[in-house]
Order: sequence, then C-alpha cells, then structure tokens
Amino acid sequence: MSTSLKVMKYAFFDLMRSRWVLIYTLFFLAATGGLLYFGDDAAQAVLSTLNLVLLIIPLVALMLGMNHYYYTRDFVQLILTQPVSRPSVFLGQYAGVALPLATAFVVGTGVPFVVYSLTHRIDAGLVLSLLGAGALVSLVFTALAFWLGLANEERARALGLALGVWLALTVVYDGLVLYFIVLAQAYPIEGAVMAASVLNPIDLSRILVLMRLDAAALMGYTGALFSTFLGSTTGALVALAALVVWVAAPVGFGLLAFRRKNF
Amino acid sequence: MDGHARPAGVSRVAGTARLMALCALAALSCGAALARTLTVCQGGCEYGSVRGAVAAAVDGDTVLVEAGTYREGALVIDKAITLEGEGWPVLDGELRHAIVTVEADYVVVRGLVLRDAGRSHITDIAALRVAEVSDCLIENNRVENAFFGIYFAKSSGCVVRGNRVTGEGTNEAYTGNAIHLWGTNYLTVEDNYATGYRDGIYLEFARGASVRRNVSEGNLRYGLHFMYSNESVFEDNVLRANGAGVAVMYSKKIDMHGNTFADNWGAAAYGLLLKEINDSVVTRNTFEGNSAAVYVDGSNRTDLTRNDFIRNGYALRVLSNSMGMRVMYNNFIGNTFDVVTNANRSYNSFLENYWDAYEGYDLDRDGVGDLPFRPVRLFAMTVQSYPQAMVLLRSPLSQVLDYAERVLPVITPKAIEDDRPLMGRIVWSSSTP
Repeated sequence: MSTSLKVMKYAFFDLMRSRWVLIYTLFFLAATGGLLYFGDDAAQAVLSTLNLVLLIIPLVALMLGMNHYYYTRDFVQLILTQPVSRPSVFLGQYAGVALPLATAFVVGTGVPFVVYSLTHRIDAGLVLSLLGAGALVSLVFTALAFWLGLANEERARALGLALGVWLALTVVYDGLVLYFIVLAQAYPIEGAVMAASVLNPIDLSRILVLMRLDAAALMGYTGALFSTFLGSTTGALVALAALVVWVAAPVGFGLLAFRRKNF
Repeated sequence: MDGHARPAGVSRVAGTARLMALCALAALSCGAALARTLTVCQGGCEYGSVRGAVAAAVDGDTVLVEAGTYREGALVIDKAITLEGEGWPVLDGELRHAIVTVEADYVVVRGLVLRDAGRSHITDIAALRVAEVSDCLIENNRVENAFFGIYFAKSSGCVVRGNRVTGEGTNEAYTGNAIHLWGTNYLTVEDNYATGYRDGIYLEFARGASVRRNVSEGNLRYGLHFMYSNESVFEDNVLRANGAGVAVMYSKKIDMHGNTFADNWGAAAYGLLLKEINDSVVTRNTFEGNSAAVYVDGSNRTDLTRNDFIRNGYALRVLSNSMGMRVMYNNFIGNTFDVVTNANRSYNSFLENYWDAYEGYDLDRDGVGDLPFRPVRLFAMTVQSYPQAMVLLRSPLSQVLDYAERVLPVITPKAIEDDRPLMGRIVWSSSTP
C-alpha cells in the first residue's frame, strides 16, 4: 500500500507540474462564481454546471488521464524493474490522477456555492448531489482513460477511441434510448428505460441531480419510474451499486490489463 | 370582481332585513320578550339535553350549550334559533348519526365541536347539513372525523366562516367533502380550514359563491373543486398539497385572484385545472412547486394575468381546444417546462410575460426583449408524445433537439410566441388590479 501512496504522490506532483489541474480548478471557480454572481440563482447555476458535468468533465478526464498514462509510461516501466507489486503501481497512478481531478471539480464548484450560501439560502442537497455527480464522472472517465491507454500501444488510436467513447456515452446513447422509446412506446418499457439510464454513468449522475432539481416535473410523469424507484431504499441501493460498479469495473479491467501487459 | 361579490352582500342585507321584519312581527303578536337564552349543560342547568332545549325554543331564541360531551343522535333544527357552544361542547355522532341538520331559515350555528359523524355508502351523511334554507350563519365550529363535513343543499345567502373541518380520510371512495355546496345561491365561504377529506371545498351548481381566505390542504382529491358555479369569486385562498390539486369545471365568469396553489404533486395533479371555464379571469395567483401549475382544457376567453409561476414541472399546459386566452404579465421562473400544448396551432395570445429562459437581448433598453420568445420546447413536445422520454430531461441530447428546433422550427407551434418578452421580473403590489 505504501508503494501505492508513493506512486500516487509522484503522479500527483507530475500532474501539478503540468498546471492543467490548476487551470481546471480555476475554470470551475470562474464558471460557477460567474454564474452565481451574475445569475444570482443557485438552482440556475446548478443547472448550468450540470451541463459542464455531463459534457466537459468526461472529456477532460479522458484526455488528461490518457495524456498522463502515455507521458509516464517510461517512468512506470522503470518502477516495475524494482520489487514492487503491479497492482499498487497501477492504483497509485490512477488515484494520483483521478483524485486531483475530482477534487479540482469539487473545490472549484463547491467554494463558490459555499461563499454564496453565506448570504443566500441554497438547497444543500442539490449542490451536494451536483458535486457527487461531478466527482463520480471524474473517477469513471479517468479509469476508462487508463484502460484505453493500456489496451492500445498507439497513442493516436487510443485518443480516437476515447473521443468515440465520450460521444457515445454523452449523446449517442441517449439518442438510442429515445429511439427505443419511440419504437416501443406501446409496451410497458418503464423498467427498461430506467435500467438503460442506470447503465450509463452520465445518465445516472444526471438523474441523481434531477431528482432534486426537477422533482415536481418528474413526479408529474409516473411516480413509478423515478420517485418510487430511486426514492425507495431498493432504488437508492441499486443506484449506489451502479455507481460503485461504474468506478470499480474500469479500474478492475485496467488493473487486469496492467498485470498482464508485457512492457 | 366587485360586480361578482356584490350580489352575495346584497342578498345578506336583504336577509337581515327580512329577519328584522320577522322579529318585529313576532314581537307584535306575542308581546313577549323577544329572545330568550336557553342554557344546556350536563348537570344543574335549565336543560340537560340539546334536544330538549331546541324543542322548547321558539324563533329568535338562543340555545347556549356549555362544555361537555353530548350524545343525542341526530338533531334537527327547524326554527330560526341560534345554537351556540361555549367552551367547545362536543356533539358526538358516535360514528352513526348526521349530527346537526338545519331545516329553517335564519339559523346560526356557532362554537360547536361536531365529532365522529356517521358514514354511509348510500346517503350523504354530514356532520352539519343545511338543506333548503336561506340566510344561515355557520361560524367557528370544529368538525372532526366526519363523512361529509358541512353540507349545503339548495340553500341561499348563507355564510360559512372560520370553521375548522378535519378528517382522517384514507380512501377517496369512502370519504366525503369537507365543505360541500350543492345547488346554492350566493353563499359565502371564508376563513375556513379543511384537511383530510376527499375534496376540501366542493361547489356544484353554486351560483355566485364567494370563497375567500380559506386554507385547504392534504385532501385526498381536490383542495377546491367546482362545477356549474357561474359568477363565483375565489380570492386569497391557499390550496396546498392536495392529491390532485384544484379542478374547476364547466363554469363562466369566474374570478380567481390572490390564491396560492402549491406543492400539488402527481401524474394527474394540477395546481389549477381549468376545464371549460369561459370568460373568466385568473390573476395575481402564485403557483409554486406543482407538477402542472395550470392545465387548460376547452376554456375560452379566459385571461391569465400577473401570476407567478415558480418551480413547477409544467407552468402551463394548454390544450389546443382552448381559444381566445390571453396570457400576459406573468412571471415564469425556474419551471422545468414553461408551456406545452398538444397541436401545431394555437388561438391564444402570449404577451409581455417575463420568462427566465429567454435568451434574447434588449438593445433599445426599453425593458422589452427585441426578439420574440417561443416558450414551447421541442423536448417538452417529445415528452408529451412519449412520456418515458422524461428520463432524458436536461441531457445534452435534449438540448441539441431544442437548439435545432429553435433554429429551424418545424414541430413546435409557431403561434405560441411572446413578441414582447420582458427583460426583468414583474413586481406588483397587492393593490395592482
């Protein structure tokens, strides 16, 4: 474990040296601060930031994660000549990138809301669900970046794949869901639609925020779909399990690929 | 609105005049003291039972009931007396009886607790029933756990004021309404509180009713429900968290202002359902946190002005069978969808509202946006056709759809357009007409 921490420390300092994380944090600070200052409406600011969470964070996590992976490949090969376990090196690398990214978002977005809450009343649950969603998306997509990097020797190919994954999960997936709904409208597809949204981490994090933001509208459709399911203990457990799986699965696959890889 | 309120007042004045005339007549014929007070209590008074005192009373007398619990079955008041409680006496219906029935004109019922009235699937048993009378006053009573609370049939000129009607209904089919008006003329219902019934306030064929400052919340079906009640006025009521919100139907010349419709959640819950409401005015109301704030179905020439629509699922659902509606000077703030409809055409006008979703600009700085605003989003229309698509709410895809539709409008109705969207929220005082 201490190897993990050491590797994580190196990865962290590498990331800091590149200043990308700093720029990333400042971007969120400026965006959220600006939205709150000029819009003066916490719910509206959450809504706008949600768009960043759904589009920008996955892209940045994929790009930065992949960049870091290729940048440190030689360094990793060097470490692996030492008597250290491969999982600890991989987990250290992953945590060294994923945690700063998630923290950058939480700090960059959270601080303006905290400052705003000193003078205004805000829905803490709404902001927390937004921060949680953003952090989750950061963790998931950094893991996907590492996995894609490990699976592809060639950097350009991995970048192309990453863009494809990003587009697929943000827009194409939803398009297919909509297409399915239009096709199968006459059938009781509520359960299938719900399952489809839980299966995509971006959709899942969006719905978790919407549960608080648009509760009235969601109740208006069928209580069965959202409130009864996600509102119930079972639903909350399923959502939580899906979140854990969405972080654990890409990390696990990455770990597997890392162990087997012949450097 | 004054034009509507006045007939009720006129009628009440006329009623009082008639009452005075009657009293004068009684005084002449009897030559006795006009009004006696018959006191009822459980031990040591003139009368030991309410029934006995009512039987002994003549027109104009007061039956004063002191604190205690009275189990006397069904009481019928068939003369013009005042039945008044002191220290909240309880008339217990033992879950079997219609507790008080008023069958004479000019009756006053005040300060009583009517508890545990009977229930029936066959007849409408009420804790307090007023049938075919005029000019009664039902004031400051508490009705607890009844089938129907206060029930008016074919009566006119009565006032129901300051009553608290509470129930524990759990099943729509086996619960009546808290305050029920049927076939009445010019009744006034004010400052009452209703909760736990099927409908909080129910009016059917209640012409010229004035319903004001009532609070109706937590009822199983509607907080306020009326039909065939022309020329009625609803002002400053609070209708909150009822099973299906408020439904008003098949009436004309209705004036609804200053009411609050809030927290009515559900697939078929409406802040305000306007079903065939014609030539009416809905103004200065607040709609907050409802699944659908206003649902308009077959209503013509009805004005929606100066209302606040805040954080509703749908602010306005206007079916295309409504014509000549004017939607003006309203604030639309933080709603998931501002306006949806079910067809590509619309014969209603939208003008000078404040829409927080408006993205235009105001170059000449006159407070009015230079570009028109189209409040119907393509994604909202999609959800109308495919309700399951709600799962994609606020997804990047839905925004792409909305953007594409804004650039090349083909599906959303072009007619629903605010040509003069305001740049800032409209602020008005309670005295604004």
